[in-house]
Amino acid sequence: MNTKAAAETARAIVELAQLRFAWSAAGPPVLDIDGLRITPGERVFLRGPSGSGKSSLLSLLAGVVMPQHGKVTVLGQDLAALSAAARDRFRADHIGFIFQMFNLVPYLSVVENVLLPCGFSARRKARAGGDARREALRLLEHLDMDAALLRRPVTELSVGQQQRVAAARALIGAPDLVIADEPTSSLDADRRAAFLSLLFRECEREKATLIFVSHDASLAGLFDRTVEFAQLNRASGPPAGRVAI
Amino acid sequence: MVFTLAAKSLRNRKFTAALTLLSIALAVALLLGVERIRHESRESFANTVSGTDLIVGARGSQVHLLLYSVFHIGNATNNIGWDSYRAIAQRPEVAWTIPLSLGDSHRGFRVLGTTSDYFEHLRFARGRRLVLAQGIPFSDPHDAVLGADVAEALGYELGRSIVIAHGAGEVSFSLHEEQPFRVVGILARTGTPVDRTVHIGLEGLEALHAEALADAEDPLAAALRARESATEGRRQIPSAITAFLVGLKSRPAALGLQRTVNQYPGEPLTAILPAVTLQEVWEITGGAERALFAVSALVVVVGLAGMLVALLTGLSERRREMAVLRSVGARPAHVFGLLLGEAAFLTALGIALGFVALYLGLVLGQPWLESRLGLFIAVGRPSRHELALVALVAAAGVLIGLIPAWRIYRYSLADGMTVRI
Repeated sequence: MNTKAAAETARAIVELAQLRFAWSAAGPPVLDIDGLRITPGERVFLRGPSGSGKSSLLSLLAGVVMPQHGKVTVLGQDLAALSAAARDRFRADHIGFIFQMFNLVPYLSVVENVLLPCGFSARRKARAGGDARREALRLLEHLDMDAALLRRPVTELSVGQQQRVAAARALIGAPDLVIADEPTSSLDADRRAAFLSLLFRECEREKATLIFVSHDASLAGLFDRTVEFAQLNRASGPPAGRVAI
Repeated sequence: MVFTLAAKSLRNRKFTAALTLLSIALAVALLLGVERIRHESRESFANTVSGTDLIVGARGSQVHLLLYSVFHIGNATNNIGWDSYRAIAQRPEVAWTIPLSLGDSHRGFRVLGTTSDYFEHLRFARGRRLVLAQGIPFSDPHDAVLGADVAEALGYELGRSIVIAHGAGEVSFSLHEEQPFRVVGILARTGTPVDRTVHIGLEGLEALHAEALADAEDPLAAALRARESATEGRRQIPSAITAFLVGLKSRPAALGLQRTVNQYPGEPLTAILPAVTLQEVWEITGGAERALFAVSALVVVVGLAGMLVALLTGLSERRREMAVLRSVGARPAHVFGLLLGEAAFLTALGIALGFVALYLGLVLGQPWLESRLGLFIAVGRPSRHELALVALVAAAGVLIGLIPAWRIYRYSLADGMTVRI
């Protein structure tokens, strides 16, 4: 069996088919995607301009919203076949998110922020080992977080430090899929490279698939594959009045 | 998990949360305080007239007679002749009587002239009888028995000599200095106006007034005469008393005797059934009580509305926080529960603090209420009624919490992990 055939037969971690989505029934479609397939362990770069519907796609992958048409399959599970509550559980169990900004809960400490997914997912908690707190500290250490910062309020951390906390939160409990939505847009070039290096290393260690969304074309070379969102999504025009968090 | 998040979120907004808590706590304390004072004052009034079948005084308002004779509120406008009192007291259906003669005071405390029947027959708090904590009842005309509060407030002990003043005010310029009284007994606390009363014999009181009456003619001779007659044990029969309490051999006879007294030919008299007249008092004060309750209930509503405003104001900025929680697996129900939990937590803590404020207020205000208003407010466990009110406040708090909870629930459904602005 050649490489292409092997890839086709490999179990896809994400599969989109004939996807049509609009935020309201009367509104214009935001997403119109024929198909997308991402295999386990891949590091996929999803590139597109701001407001092109990338965040809407992430909401669909997370099962927070459902398409009007087509199918979203994650880890072999058709999300439409799950109830809303089951989709929430599925997301908590299998997907880790890193957002652009404002992605930490301000009233929780660094470690509490990292442990947050374990509070909503027994599976993630179990996979974090007997002592989830120790696992959180291990992840933070691997992400080069200074131990002295762990007790400080997250609001006192720099943007780069906050992003590393967010990465640790996304990775705790070894989720199968890590989705990063413009996580480096607030970082300068040096910090961006350092953050990506850490993120790749930890995804590899946790055997997580990475979908990295950004408008910054200069990052494309660092990933296994780049998907141009403009080519993927035939719908045009940004969804009015929505901002990614 | 949701409860922990709610508590930490509130701690993060501790200033607004503290203000909300303060308003709820004060509102609850006010509501419970009004109810406690209303209930305890009724209880205190009802306790005071236990076991008395009729109260007889000069013709006038029934409520007025009850207030001045038993609760020492206000003053009688007329007296009863001694002969009339004796005639009624000797009727066959009467088991006992207690004559009451009011109008004098000692350092702001009322002086009551009565007989030893007072200690024998007076009952309070569902049949309890008076008990002397120290000493003995008065036997000499110039003996005095103090209520518990009088002794405590003035620091008096047995054997102390006291001077009675004419009139019921706190300050009097007419002192009966020629005839001091000696404290021979101090009563145990009753939680009724008895505690704030100086009790002396009718004969001693009569001697005082005989002196005062004669003072105008020949002060020296009158004083000597009064002292002699009192100390030599010559019995001074008063010409009039303020009112008297009646105990009957058979309670059903009360209505008949009341009618007889009200039609008494010798002089115009009024006889009242204490329980019935007390009910009239409640009817008079009921409107004010209801108004007071309504105001305190409105204060609770304002307190809870403050909480609603505080939660709703912070809602838009918390949508991002909710989106983050949704991304890590929180369901809309969790988000709903988070806001509802915050409202419930604030309400519950506000109620608890309200209880603390109430009890603190009661402990600090009890002596003042007792000395100034004659109200003994017990600092006991919350009553069922109070608990029911508090449950109502808690339910209202949770119901109000449903509004922001529902809004954030709708937001989280619509927003998902992106925020619509």
